[in-house]
Amino acid sequence: MASHGIRDRVAIVGMGCTKFGERWDKSTDDLLVDSTQEALQSANLDVKEIDAFWLGTMGSGLSGLTLSRPLKLDYRPVSRNENFCATGSDAFRNACYAVASGAYDVAMAVGVEKLKDTPYSGLAVAGAANDGTQPALSAPAMFSLLVPAYQKKYGVTEEQMREVLTRIAWKNHANGARNPRAQFRAAVPKETIDCSPPIAGPLGVFDCSGVSDGSAAAIIVRAEDAHRYTDNPLYVKALAFVAGPGGGTLGQDYDFTTFHEVVRSAEDAYQQAGVTDPRGQIAMAEVHDCFTPTELVLMEDLGFAERGTAWKEVLAGTYDLEGDLPVNPDGGLKSFGHPIGASGLRMLFECWLQLRGQAEDRQIKTSKTLGMTHNLGGLPGECVSFVSLVGTEPSA
Amino acid sequence: MASIIGYGSYVPYWRLQRKAIGGALGGRGGSGTRAVASYDEDTTSMAVEAARPIIGPETTVDSVIFATTAPAYLDKTNANAIHAALALPASTFASDAIGSVRSTAAAFRAAAANSESTLVAIADQRIGLPNSADERDGGDGAAAFLFGPGDGIAEIIGTASSSVELLDRWRIPGDIASRTWEERFAEPVFVSAATDAFADALKKANVTPDEIDKLIVTGVHTRAAKTARKALGIRPEAVVPDLVDVIGNTGAAHPGILLAGVLDEATPGQVIGLVVLGDGADAFVLRVREGITSARQPLPLATQVAAGNDTLRYADFLTWRGQLRREPPRRPDPDTPMAPPALRSTRWKFGLVGSRCTSCDERFAPPQRVCLNCGAVDEMAEQPFAGAKGVVRTFTVDRLSYSPSPPLVAAVIDIEGGGRLEFEVTDLVGPESVAVGDEVELTFRRLYTVDGVHNYFWKARPQRTVTAGSGGEDS
Repeated sequence: MASHGIRDRVAIVGMGCTKFGERWDKSTDDLLVDSTQEALQSANLDVKEIDAFWLGTMGSGLSGLTLSRPLKLDYRPVSRNENFCATGSDAFRNACYAVASGAYDVAMAVGVEKLKDTPYSGLAVAGAANDGTQPALSAPAMFSLLVPAYQKKYGVTEEQMREVLTRIAWKNHANGARNPRAQFRAAVPKETIDCSPPIAGPLGVFDCSGVSDGSAAAIIVRAEDAHRYTDNPLYVKALAFVAGPGGGTLGQDYDFTTFHEVVRSAEDAYQQAGVTDPRGQIAMAEVHDCFTPTELVLMEDLGFAERGTAWKEVLAGTYDLEGDLPVNPDGGLKSFGHPIGASGLRMLFECWLQLRGQAEDRQIKTSKTLGMTHNLGGLPGECVSFVSLVGTEPSA
Repeated sequence: MASIIGYGSYVPYWRLQRKAIGGALGGRGGSGTRAVASYDEDTTSMAVEAARPIIGPETTVDSVIFATTAPAYLDKTNANAIHAALALPASTFASDAIGSVRSTAAAFRAAAANSESTLVAIADQRIGLPNSADERDGGDGAAAFLFGPGDGIAEIIGTASSSVELLDRWRIPGDIASRTWEERFAEPVFVSAATDAFADALKKANVTPDEIDKLIVTGVHTRAAKTARKALGIRPEAVVPDLVDVIGNTGAAHPGILLAGVLDEATPGQVIGLVVLGDGADAFVLRVREGITSARQPLPLATQVAAGNDTLRYADFLTWRGQLRREPPRRPDPDTPMAPPALRSTRWKFGLVGSRCTSCDERFAPPQRVCLNCGAVDEMAEQPFAGAKGVVRTFTVDRLSYSPSPPLVAAVIDIEGGGRLEFEVTDLVGPESVAVGDEVELTFRRLYTVDGVHNYFWKARPQRTVTAGSGGEDS
């Protein structure tokens, strides 16, 4: 038993991504048509040339009909995926495997979410029928549990922590301001972030990702076919996914300063791709910054900082657009917005732009060829985590 | 005949200053405070809190009788939730004595007459319309008495009653508040009934009035109770203060709460008179037994009374009572507890019984079938958590989630001896008063009510400790 991966066996040859935000002007169907049309055009393909589809959505439609109806698909297979906030990534992962297996020549992964057709503040997820004993905490409250635990463990003061969280939000807003597809297009002063209305624990509104509508899509083919569709494909180096045993809410070992699921999925991904020094080898990373403390902890879990030091690296600007390892150059969930099912593919879309030199205003300058997406779903202590590595160069 | 073999009182954490009523509505409002059941408490949950200290895993209980004037449910036995929260076996009978202050006397009489082990749980929540005497002078609280064979800690040696069909206080089912007749009308009727019943009880007990060491007289007719205390011919120093100034009159629970306070400090051989006014009067004479010295409740009444927080705002009090509707958060309603999963998890949801892996000893809350630690399947034994102490590992103040009294405070709690809980934290000085490392204990609460279903479950609260000079010195 082992996770072998499918390094360089498939490639991305086309992508599309709608503008994210409060898209009261667009339905779920509209968003799906927009993202898939853009992806098809970028690969010079007609929808009839796609053999199979994977649709990721958490709650914006059930079954493959959610995609086949608006696109008028010609009796093609559509799988509908759900895996919390990592839904889009899981759709992508399964589409890659379908092509790698030889079952299909061309597959499309699509993610979509329509959150803003309901009047709720924040994310509202209906659970299964239950006995009423499940904790009723909101997502920001659950992720805010990281903050006191991290402070206590590493001797970080409340003031220092505020500065760190603000720095993360500030950076991601600054990046999003340069991104025409982002939900929030304005840079936000640190003073505004510091004093934003409280939501949960020390987290204010500006520590939370944007609740948003949007869709993104990717077209996947066998690596050897990639140049038929584009001159600069992205090769899939690693796809790692884990679902944790939920031990963090049951056992005392879990200390709320890490996500075991992220550590394990990152180890798997690095091994699949032959990465030994993630911080040195990776050009840019799109990570799951659902809330600012999540991004802080992820820097350590993904191996971008030693344990207990990410907060200093954040303050030093390591993950800024011009830093050693740009993180969330597109603005991240924080300012690009977080339409659940679409987010994993949106992260991939930024790798698609950055690694191929198409990120315009926010183009990073690097000679490195690897990009990462990291996408998690669930809560500290019980979550699913996805890590992909993609690159412009096939291995020798 | 059964004796009292265990007792407990429960005074909720919150107090409303009576002047806060005047501050909001005009007028004086009155002096002192009243005890207030929190937004997550009702008579059922308070009865559980009173009974928990006296019911251990080894305690035999043949019956549970729950007395209250403010039942959480009708057409459904509330005592069953108490029974389940105490993790008692199905063979234990559970039943309600609902309706009036006199329900307490009914429960006492039934338990004392029985030769089996009976838990009498009494709780009351006194509700009146804004600016009413019931609102101002009422109080919320609970008490519990375990009756059983043997001498125990106190024996009821005389019981007598005087029943009068009297239109003094009444309420049509569905009404929020009771109606009362003019106060002066019933006063002599009550005093006369009390005098008759008490004399009869003394006679049956073969005790003279000057042998009474402690006299408790309660009744929601405050003025009649006050007069009766003087009219019964007992030494003034034997009369037990009614605590109405601090906790209010807790109605059906009041005789139990005051009796618990007396037992906190009673010495073997003492004789206690207990007179309850309501639709006549009921009188009990009790003799304290040797067992008292080793069966005091862990947290004396005086400590519970002193531990109150009187910063409650009147607007919050009204909101908690459903008398002030406020704008709800822009969030979905909380989940309605579903009957089949609630039945399957009764031991967990009500009894807070988790599991322990018999292979590796790891503990789990809620109970698991597969061990997280060693992977053993179906090698679990029951592990009760209700009496456990824990430490806050991390916490949050959730200003987004639905709560009957926002913000919702929650913590990850590591239990002494193993196991972890993610629970709401209640009875806090303020939402920001939790810190990593805080010691907490567990408490049975009503999380919220939705679709007519009360969602009972457990929360954490700051560890309560006995304050100096509040009795219980020989326990």
